[in-house]
Amino acid sequence: MTGPGALRVEAAGPQALLQDAGRFGVRHLGITQGGPMDWHAAGWANALQGNNAGAAVLEVAIGGLTLVAEAELTLSLSGADLSATVNGEELRPWQRFTLRAGDRLAFGLPRCGVRAYLGAHGGWQGVAALGSVACVGRDGLGGHKGRGLPLAEGDRLEPASPLPPLSAGAQVPLAHRIDYGSAAELSVIPGGQTGYFDGGSLHQAFNSHWQVDTRADRMGIRLTGPALVCRHPGMVSEGLAAGAIQVPPDGQPICLMNDRQTIGGYPRLGTLTPIARARLAQCMASHPVMLRASGTERARHDYFEALTAMESFRAN
Amino acid sequence: MNPRLENAGLEAWLVRFADGIDPRLLPRISAFCRDCRSAFGESLVDLVPSYTTVLVQYDPWRLSDTRARQLIERVLSQLVPDTEESGGRIVEMPVWYDLSVGPELERIAAGNGWTTQQVAEAHAGSEYQVFALGFVPGFAFMGLVQPSLAMPRLATPRRQVPRGSIAIAERQTAAYPQQTPGGWNLIGRTPLVLFDAERTPMTTLEPGDRVRFVAVTREEFVELGGSTDPVAEVPQ
Repeated sequence: MTGPGALRVEAAGPQALLQDAGRFGVRHLGITQGGPMDWHAAGWANALQGNNAGAAVLEVAIGGLTLVAEAELTLSLSGADLSATVNGEELRPWQRFTLRAGDRLAFGLPRCGVRAYLGAHGGWQGVAALGSVACVGRDGLGGHKGRGLPLAEGDRLEPASPLPPLSAGAQVPLAHRIDYGSAAELSVIPGGQTGYFDGGSLHQAFNSHWQVDTRADRMGIRLTGPALVCRHPGMVSEGLAAGAIQVPPDGQPICLMNDRQTIGGYPRLGTLTPIARARLAQCMASHPVMLRASGTERARHDYFEALTAMESFRAN
Repeated sequence: MNPRLENAGLEAWLVRFADGIDPRLLPRISAFCRDCRSAFGESLVDLVPSYTTVLVQYDPWRLSDTRARQLIERVLSQLVPDTEESGGRIVEMPVWYDLSVGPELERIAAGNGWTTQQVAEAHAGSEYQVFALGFVPGFAFMGLVQPSLAMPRLATPRRQVPRGSIAIAERQTAAYPQQTPGGWNLIGRTPLVLFDAERTPMTTLEPGDRVRFVAVTREEFVELGGSTDPVAEVPQ
């Protein structure tokens, strides 16, 4: 065995993917961005390790994953509460913890939120493609063993850094832990096509209760609610920003996430702010959602505040 | 029309050059992309050109949306469209036009009272522009094919379109870089590898390129590395 020791995958679960900040500068070639769906929780998993925000973390969706430590490892866990246990004892998210050789870290059923993030000192080792290890199955790029492959039984994960392990016990301050059980209020920055939606639909969009649909993945998350009507005369496909809210003819919005198609041809209600995107990534099917119009100044302020909190924690 | 800037969230502006598809926009769009790269430098995260627009994604940590807007406006005010010489490259793409790999040659021929050979000649007879890459890595949206070649997408997409397939949907044409589901009409196959992450450049085509399809025989196609496995699925 090389490096500081590894985790062996005993059971893979529905989806566990290595994600760093994402793949940039290649979207004009049709290659998507990738990266953690909840950048906030992923950032805290890294801050707990003293890592840069973009170091590679393991994104565990829904649960069902079991990992066995082959050596002593100090890891961090943040994001969703997926009923994680170490040797059967409860392990709460938002903290740093130590596994000894032979310890078994298991993720069960989601209790609150959808995606948990497991951080390692220096990030996890992966196979970089186009400057990123972000695992995107559709593009066949990135991941712990390359070609966009998810974690599978028998695979091994190794921390990238050979530095000695940190002490356990550090915790994310309470003020920065998100309550994923509460109704989600998502801020939307209106865009160039917002005005094409009819007045009644705009009122409904920002005053109705939406629900997260079962059709939700790393490409996009659908919302169900009143059918929105858009009077756009007809669109050609154009580049899509992270968080863009497309509304197809059935009137049900699709929030485009990290693995979104690079271009799309439906009119857009607006764009979710980064904080709204992170929050939506943690909503299970049927979770209640409200959309709120927001200005860029406010969105920028909130985003920077969140990033600054992580950065100053990391520096200390 | 003058280009318009549309808000696309906290980290992007969408620059709209026109409301409808027009091949004459490409020299402006490609010049804009190039000038944006130098104007934004390290603050640029991604540029996504498409038929009528360019999405400019910047790093909000380095630039405010107001500052990004000013940079874009400056680039636009100084824009000199690319010329024939400075514009996109000309790429020749060999194609084996045959019913075994392009079953919808027949559908398009029938609509015009043509032979399948005439469909192939018509497709290879024009130069096409690459408007955008998307769908899967390296998938180039090209056009416009002459109106007699235009054909709606299949009612039921194929579950597997073979890699290298040359296809038509409405007045667009494309080549499939990898085996994937797809609903376009298949008319032939290229032996070229259209996307390889290990290669520089990764994609055979880039937005702004001009493409000429060159008909090759079965023997030449095989010689160039093409797979002659027939298209298995019958279209609906």
